[in-house]
Amino acid sequence: MDQRLITAAIVVFGVPAVLVGYIWLTERILRIMPEQRQGRIRPWIWIAPALLFLVVFLVYPTLNTLVLSFQDRAGTAFVGLANYEYFFTSSSTLISLRNSVLWVIFMTVGVVGLGLIIAILVDRVRYEPIAKSVIFVPLAISFVAASIIWTFMYQFRAPGTTQTGTLNAVLELVGVAPSAFIQTAPLNNFFLIIVGIWMWTGFAMVILSAGLKGISTELLEAARVDGANEWQVFRGIIFPLLLPTVFVVGTTIVITALKSFDIVYTMTSGNFETDVIAHRMYQEMFINGHFGRASAVAIVLLVAIIPFMVLNIKRFREQEAIR
Amino acid sequence: MTAAVKPASAVASKTRGRLGTRWPLHVTIIVLMVIWLVPTVGLFVNSFRPAADVAGSGWWTAFIPPWDFTLSNYEHVLARQGLDQAFINSLFITIPATVMTVLVAAFAAYAFAWMNFPFKNVLFVIVVGLLVVPLQSTLIPVLRLFASTGIAGTFLAVWLAHTGYGLPFAIYLLRNYMGGLPREVFESAAIDGASPATAFFRLALPMSVPVLASLAIFQFLFIWNDLLVALIYIGATSSENLPLTVVVANLVNSLGGETHFLTAAAFLTMALPLVVFLALQRYFVRGITGGAVKG
Repeated sequence: MDQRLITAAIVVFGVPAVLVGYIWLTERILRIMPEQRQGRIRPWIWIAPALLFLVVFLVYPTLNTLVLSFQDRAGTAFVGLANYEYFFTSSSTLISLRNSVLWVIFMTVGVVGLGLIIAILVDRVRYEPIAKSVIFVPLAISFVAASIIWTFMYQFRAPGTTQTGTLNAVLELVGVAPSAFIQTAPLNNFFLIIVGIWMWTGFAMVILSAGLKGISTELLEAARVDGANEWQVFRGIIFPLLLPTVFVVGTTIVITALKSFDIVYTMTSGNFETDVIAHRMYQEMFINGHFGRASAVAIVLLVAIIPFMVLNIKRFREQEAIR
Repeated sequence: MTAAVKPASAVASKTRGRLGTRWPLHVTIIVLMVIWLVPTVGLFVNSFRPAADVAGSGWWTAFIPPWDFTLSNYEHVLARQGLDQAFINSLFITIPATVMTVLVAAFAAYAFAWMNFPFKNVLFVIVVGLLVVPLQSTLIPVLRLFASTGIAGTFLAVWLAHTGYGLPFAIYLLRNYMGGLPREVFESAAIDGASPATAFFRLALPMSVPVLASLAIFQFLFIWNDLLVALIYIGATSSENLPLTVVVANLVNSLGGETHFLTAAAFLTMALPLVVFLALQRYFVRGITGGAVKG
């Protein structure tokens, strides 16, 4: 314990000291050099630590994973496309692939749709900040905590006994038979996705709300004065103007849904046909100990994300051109 | 066009005045707020109820007298499930990793914003591309690297990994903000003989405090709430170093029937993020909108 405290103190004060010292020292060395060379070397000194981290933890490992995905269990011999063949023929990975598609579609539609509706609704009331905080709070907690919260919501007891789960108690109240939400495939996937929607709707709402505030109120009022009803104002003005923002938010949620791991790990461990590809990778890596197959799953995930990477870069280039 | 000349107050009173037709709006918003709050409130109430009550009746019955609340769930998970240690581990992981990310990113962002060098644009486009790389595609090689250097299972491993994974977003956010600082300030500092290092520590950093705060909060919450990175790089081999998220996630499976302890465990993981979030919500929101809308 004491040892750890010392380590922590060293790191909290030591890391900034080392980094600042690195800049200070290199600056001293640079000053002896001719002016022109200083300007050429200095930028590289400033970005070197970041580049080192990016290469060691993102660029090199990703390329290495690509190589591993063509190798066998322990990474000793090349097996061609066998790991990918396994991925696209084994029933357990196919289920995880199907579920990830469900996550992408329903989580994105749910989060963006609800986020947009809530952003527009709360824009018209005076208690907007409180309402937004309430919707936003789940984003601050971990997926693990959210999973436990919803495990209790979905709790199921045999019919006839007292239902302790909130949702089953509500069902009982309205005279519907209780349901084992988490254990019943394939609908259980949607109940897990709801946890993701509950967490991320606040994210979409905050960004869309910021976009909404950017729309000129004069424009909206002009349309209303000219006789447009609220739906026409939304269809004709708000939605087209918000579309780029909707697109940005949607992209983020698609990527989040593809990478979702924690909810499945905590709530079902992939049982009851709820596995998703990010969790499948963990299973292949640690439960089955097959690094080749695990790498192939990771590469499938990466390939699914690459179109969004290209879009991101394109959008960034366009923004830079305006700058 | 007619509305543009209209005083704003008249427009506002027109929309606000129809209170009679506005009740569906209020009802909808309040129902949504209740739906969003109930799951958390239910768990919170349950975390203070004795085991028999949690197993035998729903959380809403706790409000009917006789009231029977207890702290025993919290005492149990803190003392006997090792959550006190896990809480400290979470702090030991989160704080240094956040500090490292912010500083390394600030240096790089400053260079990208205010220095000229070959391949600058290409390198920054690569950073933008790396924003979305799933960390799953790096797990196996990085784990092997940690294992071969002997730091797998240590805090150092997660600090380094979180810094690497957090950097693309951090550089991106900081560079956009620093690039927007007024050019004249840096030019006149250079004329006065200030070195780039002086300009960075005396001008760029102090002027970027709002975005540095956003980034620090963002990174703090992200690392505190992380499950996967700690699970893989610390893992089962050095379970005394595991953070809250991993310990609690494993409790879900190991506790079996004693699920009432999970309620308290979940709240312990949420306590610090909730305090940070509620106190600094403004900066958190700015980090999100700055990262997404402005690009």
